[in-house]
Amino acid sequence: MNLAIRDIRHNAGRFAFTSVGIGLLLMIVMGMGGIYRGLIHEATLLVDSVGADLWIVQGSTRGPFAEISRIPANLEDRVRAVPGVAQARRFVSHTIQREHQGQPLRMVVQGLSWPEDRGDWITLVAGRPLRQAHYEMIADQSLKLPLGSHIRLGKDFYQVVGLTRGMVGTGGDGLTFFTVSDAMAIQFDQPGEATRLERAARRARVEAVDLGRLQPLLLDRADGMAEGIPALAPPQVSAVLVTLRPGADVATVRRTLATWPDITVYSTQEQKDLLLSGMVDKAKRQLGLFRALLIIISTIIIALIIYTLTLDKIRDIAMLKLIGARNGVIGGLILQQALLMGAFGYALAWWIGQYAFPKFPRLVLIDPADLVSLAIIVVVISTLASLLGIWKAMNVEPNTVLSA
Amino acid sequence: MKPPPAVEVTHLRKVYGSGHTEVVAMRDATLSIVPGEIVGMFGPSGSGKSTLLTAMALINPPTSGQISISGQPVMDGPRALVDLRAFRRQHLGFVFQKANLIPFLTALENVQIALEVNDTAPKLARKRAMELLDYLGVGPRANNLPVALSGGEQQRVAVARALANEPSLILADEPTAALDGPLGRQVMELFAKIAHEKNAGVIVVTHDHRTLDVFDRILDVEDGMIQIRPHSSPPDCK
Repeated sequence: MNLAIRDIRHNAGRFAFTSVGIGLLLMIVMGMGGIYRGLIHEATLLVDSVGADLWIVQGSTRGPFAEISRIPANLEDRVRAVPGVAQARRFVSHTIQREHQGQPLRMVVQGLSWPEDRGDWITLVAGRPLRQAHYEMIADQSLKLPLGSHIRLGKDFYQVVGLTRGMVGTGGDGLTFFTVSDAMAIQFDQPGEATRLERAARRARVEAVDLGRLQPLLLDRADGMAEGIPALAPPQVSAVLVTLRPGADVATVRRTLATWPDITVYSTQEQKDLLLSGMVDKAKRQLGLFRALLIIISTIIIALIIYTLTLDKIRDIAMLKLIGARNGVIGGLILQQALLMGAFGYALAWWIGQYAFPKFPRLVLIDPADLVSLAIIVVVISTLASLLGIWKAMNVEPNTVLSA
Repeated sequence: MKPPPAVEVTHLRKVYGSGHTEVVAMRDATLSIVPGEIVGMFGPSGSGKSTLLTAMALINPPTSGQISISGQPVMDGPRALVDLRAFRRQHLGFVFQKANLIPFLTALENVQIALEVNDTAPKLARKRAMELLDYLGVGPRANNLPVALSGGEQQRVAVARALANEPSLILADEPTAALDGPLGRQVMELFAKIAHEKNAGVIVVTHDHRTLDVFDRILDVEDGMIQIRPHSSPPDCK
């Protein structure tokens, strides 16, 4: 006869309420793990899907995911000349926040190296990749920009021609894909007045030096576009992505590139590791601490409830001892109740999570291995939580049954 | 061959507390109950009846003296000579003023659990428990929780639980105190029937003098001393 189940049946309401409480706590524990997995997934999604063999970033920096990286856009031409390199693409990535239909809209702007890269590698849920050099964009569904809609960024309007799902940046903002030149136009957009002021300042600087007076053409150039002045730096990009020829030796190509003092080369795995050891690592520790705290709280709650349930039936336990029930029967009653409470709580956590997690603003990714490890944790904490009740029960004298 | 006494108590003394708080609850009790005998134990409150009963129930060790049950020495002073819990399981049955049924078990399960803790297979335990409830007239209430049973029905279930493992000694502490007169008498007659039919020694602590005729022998306990009331003697001595 299973005493635990009969007692639970008798105290069904109390057991159910406690299990719901435990379940909600465990759901948060489960969710924290899921948020961490989601963070990793989102953080590495772009690095994984962009499919580069090597990442070339500004010398002595850790790349665009860790800090600001600026390298000249024409570096890709130099890289293409390295033996073993099949393709080099400019990579531009930056986050912007604009207003759209009266609401703030944050997005990660990714530049595709048009015309080589039109975004064919991006998994679309609707629409198509880019088909023209300007004014088209692919957006993630999380940005809630409908297919075919137009959005003004800087001075230009861009049409949403493709939609992705679940493609977000490390900060959880939806990714958008433009051609590199559009991405840079969005990044470096400044008001007309600022351009006029910059050109006036430039002219004043040139007029102030002998060279300006000796070379009148320079004064004319100073009034024009920045691209028309050879002495000014070419446009900057965040990184250059390298795809190697089939059979090319990564180490050899890397060794060659490593001799260039103005850049640093990372493999895709190194770029991911940098990403994960940076911002994700802190989030991981934070979430881990919260999980540990919640597990401790769950243990204490289960322990207190089990202890209270044990106190409630102290006379029954004394009666069981009086009629000769072994300690195993009495301990089993309490342990099984704790385990059942944990199991119900766990099942409830999983069930609620199925509905709740998709509604979270960030991706919550529940890994089966995490579910198994949490199940083991629940068994352990339920067992620990029952110890207090078992200790109390073991110390009950059979003659307690005679007390009023 | 003469069967051993259901219970034999020799020079039992029980002292609670020590020093100036010392209370002598039982001074020098010597007592023997034979199988099939029902003994009534009378005495005012605080006379030591319950102390003697709980000592024989092996849940209140004496300060000195010996207790043997079914011929087996079980207590020598405060020292247990056997595994008390296992011994209680196999040899003793208890009924109290309150039925003390486990509230989350049905009447049937309350009896069944006593059998299962004594290693009876669940199926057999269920069958035996049902037979006992039928024997005591509460079979139709077998699947009710204690809360749905009347006081008399609860007490009958408690008696069934006490009988479950066919104990050689049944100890009842004011089992009719919570029952009305006719029902109390019914329960007392039931104990007598059990003693005679099941050949068990039955000791009943009671204040109810209307049931004197039920007992084979009457013990008066006063100030920690036992006196056998005149004209009452063990069945084989009558």
